Amino acid sequence: MIRPDGRRLDGRRPDEIRELKIKIGILENADGSAYVEQGNTKIYAAVYGPREVHPRHLALPNRAIIRCRYHMTPFAVEERKSPAPTRREIELSKVIREALTPAIIVEHFPFSAIDVFIEVINADGSTRCASIIAASVALASAGIPMRDLVAACSVGKINGVLVLDVTDIEDKYGEVDMPFAMMPNKNEITLLQLDGVLSLEEIEKAISMATKACKEIYEKQKSALKEKYIELRKAVEESAKT
Amino acid sequence: MPIYVKDWDLVVPGEVLAEGDYVAGPYVYKEGNKLLATTIGIVESKRGVIRVVPLQGPYIPKVGDVVIGIVIDYLPTAYVLDINSSYKAILQATEVLPFQKNALAEDLSKYLDVGDVVICKIVRFDKYSDVVVSCKGRELGKVVDGRLIKVSPAKIPRLIGRKGSMINLIKKETGCKIVIGQNGFIWIKGKDPGSEVLAEKVIRKIAEEAHVSGLTQRVQLMLQLEKGVDV
Amino acid sequence: MIPKLKKQQIMDLLSSGRRIDGRELEDLRSVEIKCQCVKNAEGSAEVRLGKTLAIAGVKTSIGTPFADTPNTGVMIVNAEFLPIASPTFEPGPPDENAIELARVIDRGLRRAEMIDLKQLCIVPGKAVWEIWIDIHALNHDGNLMDASALAAVTAILMAEIPKAVVNEKGEVTIDKSEKQKLPIKNIPITVTIAKIGDKLVVDPNLDEEEVSDAFLTATFVNDKVCAIQKRGEKGLTMEETMKALQMARQKARELLKIVKGVVGSE
Repeated sequence: MIRPDGRRLDGRRPDEIRELKIKIGILENADGSAYVEQGNTKIYAAVYGPREVHPRHLALPNRAIIRCRYHMTPFAVEERKSPAPTRREIELSKVIREALTPAIIVEHFPFSAIDVFIEVINADGSTRCASIIAASVALASAGIPMRDLVAACSVGKINGVLVLDVTDIEDKYGEVDMPFAMMPNKNEITLLQLDGVLSLEEIEKAISMATKACKEIYEKQKSALKEKYIELRKAVEESAKT
Repeated sequence: MPIYVKDWDLVVPGEVLAEGDYVAGPYVYKEGNKLLATTIGIVESKRGVIRVVPLQGPYIPKVGDVVIGIVIDYLPTAYVLDINSSYKAILQATEVLPFQKNALAEDLSKYLDVGDVVICKIVRFDKYSDVVVSCKGRELGKVVDGRLIKVSPAKIPRLIGRKGSMINLIKKETGCKIVIGQNGFIWIKGKDPGSEVLAEKVIRKIAEEAHVSGLTQRVQLMLQLEKGVDV
Repeated sequence: MIPKLKKQQIMDLLSSGRRIDGRELEDLRSVEIKCQCVKNAEGSAEVRLGKTLAIAGVKTSIGTPFADTPNTGVMIVNAEFLPIASPTFEPGPPDENAIELARVIDRGLRRAEMIDLKQLCIVPGKAVWEIWIDIHALNHDGNLMDASALAAVTAILMAEIPKAVVNEKGEVTIDKSEKQKLPIKNIPITVTIAKIGDKLVVDPNLDEEEVSDAFLTATFVNDKVCAIQKRGEKGLTMEETMKALQMARQKARELLKIVKGVVGSE
């Protein structure tokens, strides 16, 4: 899976991430939303809140609760997946929630809930990382106060080489899958999982690689958030000239 | 003491705005030596205080705010209002009932029905209980005509303008009565539907262009052009 | 709700290098392992980590292999957090915490290749051994993860499965008279480190769990890491992460010795 020239199946170098497209605000009913494409992985994320908590007994008196639902559509994967939540989706909903919560200033909204919904419509590896990229900008676009955005990237190992942003095939036939997410300005890791064997030295190297990639991804998230405002500003300034 | 941004710069959460002895204003926090933004918004820095004016965000109730609510439910002696917030507002029935009528004995829906729009003022809120509102006062109470529109609560300060300059401009040029709820609901009543439509159009433009400086001139221009067409 | 006073007490003690139950930051609680305590299970183990108690049982059955691995045995890990273990657990199917725990332990076992699943093929493409590992929390006083992992690993090491006999017609029968151990390749050990304020502690008890900012669980095999799970609502710096992994690796070596000692003497 690593070609003789050192490139991967899709031509990327080991430390190269796939092309990332981020669009903000495409789901109009939500308070904030984003659509992310990372290679063939395609994800919608929507944020509702802060809003009233139902059932009431789940509310906390000193902060908002964050709820997250990661879900894959039946047609997102090669063999149709039942729409009912699987154990994997339940675990991923939890780890994604725990990847985003450190960034959200929940103390501002006691007795409320901030709900994050993620729908994977096509899965080609690293879906939880792409979900975090999407959910984080959806939260920011809703105006929910945050300490930082959260950027995410996976690290894999193929033929002994550490690679960034694994595709489905690289995950299935590779040796390692290490999903990673961080707050890029605060330099804090908010998601870290490992499925596969790595030495401590390799883990340290993998974290460094992923950190660098996350800072790149953060710049893209920033541009995506500012895009519509900047374009509007340009349009207004143009028409003011005429 | 480096500052990395200037007024009117657009920032996102986590962006480092400055380092050093600056004071963190609203929507800015300090970590160690750095000042970071907590929301998507516009930078405003004055006399060593750096703040971010948000372009989006939920309404956080504040005592003294004028808010517009919609009746959604009844309690034994009060009405429950939706005020476009994760907190509901409670309006005591005694505010609406005629003097000496007993709230427990009355059919509350006779005075305010589900779906009614009420302009009120927040009299109590401490984040740990529902918002308590009052509708006793000038310009407060149920509204029966006009139209209700909704904008992002973050845009309300821009809509009002410095000392009310923006909203007064709109009122004057359109001849409409306008009540702005801090919670993002705005009530407009004009002499004719045309002026209400114009007022709404202007309000939406302000909300969309809140982050582009020179808004007041653009609004004045728009009002003149639109009124010119009407005449 | 944990009283503020308690959190303050825990933090104050930590800054002078001690914990609320008298341990040092890098100390495990007392470990007690009881093997083969359940007669009807092929393998079983009860682990007491301080006051936390977890029990794991291994059951085997004959089933069909997965289509993409026709000659490989099947391993399934399940965990239940039932009301018996804590006033905070509610009856019902496993919640996200129980599911997460089961999946983390499963990944640790699988990636360490603890059970050599390739040796569990009976009739290629048709019949393989299914190894069911069920973990039940019996008393939750913190760090169910490590107690459960230890119980699962010990139960697997002690498990004795019957022999599968294939006749000329290709039919499979079970011969209970002849038992053998499961084919073991490696022994994975799981250790959880909790971050409280800016301190890292090994094997948090319940009070410590309730005031922790984040947890790092790592499973070690032959001094390498085969599974990691960061849990909790706050983040960790890279330095904290690497330090936690080093602390955990040290503890994993200690626990491995304990497990080998217990299993060896059986």
